[in-house]
Amino acid sequence: MLDLLAGFIQELRRAGLPVSLTENLDAMEAVKHIPLEDREAFKFALGATLVKNSSHWKAFETVFEVYFSLRGRQFEIPSGDDAGALRDLEQQNGRAAGGSAMDSLTPEELAEMLYRALMDADDAVIRAVARQAVSRYAGMEPGRPVGGTYYLYRTLRQLDLDGVLERMMEAAREDAGGQLTELEERLEHDEFEIRIDKLKAEIEAEIRRRLVADRGVEAMARTLRKPLPEDVDFMHASREEMAQLKRALHPLTRKLAVRLARKRRHGRKGPLDFRSTIRRSLSTGGVPLEPRFKYPRPAKPEIFVVADISGSVAAFARFTLQLVYAISNQFSKVRAFVFIDGIDEVTPYFEGEEDITRAVHRVNTEADVVWVDGHSDYGHAFEVFWERWGNEIGPRTSVLLLGDARNNYHASQAWVVKEMQRRARHVHWLNPEPRSYWDTGDSIISEYASFCDGVYECRNLRQLERFVEVLA
Amino acid sequence: MADTTAAPPRFASVPAVREALAQQKYLADEGIAGVVFLAERLQKPVLVEGPAGTGKTELAKSVAAMTGARLIRLQCYEGLDESKALYEWNYKKQLLRIQADQALDRASTSWDELESDIFSEEFLLTRPLLEAIRADEPVVLLIDEVDRVEVETEALLLEVLSDYQVSVPELGTVAAHQIPLVFLTSNNTRELSEALKRRCLYLHVDYPDLEREKEIVLTKVEGVTDHLADQVARIVRSIRQLELKKAPSVSETLDWARTLVLLGIETIDAEQAKETLHILLKYQTDIAKAAKELSVESA
Repeated sequence: MLDLLAGFIQELRRAGLPVSLTENLDAMEAVKHIPLEDREAFKFALGATLVKNSSHWKAFETVFEVYFSLRGRQFEIPSGDDAGALRDLEQQNGRAAGGSAMDSLTPEELAEMLYRALMDADDAVIRAVARQAVSRYAGMEPGRPVGGTYYLYRTLRQLDLDGVLERMMEAAREDAGGQLTELEERLEHDEFEIRIDKLKAEIEAEIRRRLVADRGVEAMARTLRKPLPEDVDFMHASREEMAQLKRALHPLTRKLAVRLARKRRHGRKGPLDFRSTIRRSLSTGGVPLEPRFKYPRPAKPEIFVVADISGSVAAFARFTLQLVYAISNQFSKVRAFVFIDGIDEVTPYFEGEEDITRAVHRVNTEADVVWVDGHSDYGHAFEVFWERWGNEIGPRTSVLLLGDARNNYHASQAWVVKEMQRRARHVHWLNPEPRSYWDTGDSIISEYASFCDGVYECRNLRQLERFVEVLA
Repeated sequence: MADTTAAPPRFASVPAVREALAQQKYLADEGIAGVVFLAERLQKPVLVEGPAGTGKTELAKSVAAMTGARLIRLQCYEGLDESKALYEWNYKKQLLRIQADQALDRASTSWDELESDIFSEEFLLTRPLLEAIRADEPVVLLIDEVDRVEVETEALLLEVLSDYQVSVPELGTVAAHQIPLVFLTSNNTRELSEALKRRCLYLHVDYPDLEREKEIVLTKVEGVTDHLADQVARIVRSIRQLELKKAPSVSETLDWARTLVLLGIETIDAEQAKETLHILLKYQTDIAKAAKELSVESA
């Protein structure tokens, strides 16, 4: 048991979760008090002692599933489900639901069964169908070096879940006597979607179980290891990770705003404010009992964000804009410009718009940023920027340039950045590419970098957060 | 950890905790009950995190009621210091004591005697943390919204949380007579320090799932029908899936259900939902968005 836990914690650390020695000891202590046959309680006991950040919970769960699915019985902590799953694995197709051998079903019958199970929200049958679907459609072969997502995709393609959802909605409409009100329609839709998500999760779990059986725990844990939300790379985020990032961004901006506001308020004490002290002393008969100090009021910087929104860097620009605007009350003024090969000011989209995501969406659809061919041209964009807005940059302005500096072999016009630096307080460049890619191919980052006060690699939320704190 | 006499465990098992909490009208899920159980067994504080209005404070209250313990609450705020959290000397009383001494007979007491006298327990004002440590009867200590204090002030809590003792320089160390159950709540407006997190069990309380939310509505709202509770829970779940500034919390769900009952509504239609949305949502943009989503878009 100790070995197993130690291995488990090792894997958590490898997945990026900070697990300290005391927490490790606590976990060992905690499992003593938990009946081992209760798998859920066991999981929560480990979770409560080892995971101290709710965004890490998902990573923890994945590792847990891998570690305690197969080894389960060996170490006598299987729950009913898992024992069943194991037996399933051994007999491959021996599982039957409701007494009828599922193996002999035709695909149509299986689809029908799935539909009914989803309609009745019958978890046991859903699970059974998920298993059957995996063994039938995923086409898993031992030793094949393919990721679990590939099998998942194959299985889901066969099941045609969109069609099922449509059919369920039809049935719901019929039940209600022909027509649902709009509200009911919406509610039913959400309900069915959640059930289908549950099915997907079952299928995924089943695939994982089989892969673990095939490849062993360590190997599986390695392939499943995913970066934590704050470490997800902007440039290569999958759609699911993108959604995760979006969710993570909101609490992050809130935290950042609170932290910056506090930093501002809790500045050091300044020098004695003689005038105020004397004024105060009048109430104590001229005796200056309470000295008053001049608190330093750090000037709020003005921010110009100039962002490349072409292709792959668009996501990065979006996150940065969102973040900067979310804390815009920490700055005296924020102005945003976006470009591809033409450049346009987008500040008005953010003004008077409470919903930042919508503003960003408008930026992406309405801003006039294409000049010739819609391929990044930093040189031209900078030139136009300088012509039109250059003299609005003042000594209190910080300029943020966002982009990968992949200029498609156009002229760099780096003199613009040099002029900016001369006039502005700071010029920062944020590059979403890994440092090792800089200056390869058509990237000319170092040409601009020589005129910037700082060039930062900014590939994930963690780095972005750190930078913004430097800025404010 | 302090080795005071071990009281017999208060709860037999996780399901027992869950049941007892249910009797206090607090419907815990597996995770919540499990952590409460562990906290008692391991004698460790629990750090409860989660969105506002999901019953974090309520959990501590219910645990107190369930164990028959006294609830001592420390509400955190910016600028909380040790004189408000731990203890403070009662200066006025000390001053009186000295003056009274002078008035009676100035030669009767030496300074040493006087000093040991005015720095005795009689002149100590206990604040929540010290009070929880010194209590003889079982107590539940609730440190509410711990994320509001500054990082430096957090350190005040560490001695109490890990060793269940408080050091008063003039008196020595006050160790706990009994280990209090400690709950810290946080709305996650900032990252708490590693040192604090390490000393606690961690519990993340999220919005309940459909079934549990319905149960909560049924137990907490009087006169609500099963059908209405189901509808309420489902609409709230749909609203939470939207991207909102502030998703409706459990307490807002309850308020909404109560309103609907008061208005005598049995079945919610889109129109009524739209008219009462302002109870669930607190931002105009959110209300507009939800109203739009609920009626128009699905058509």
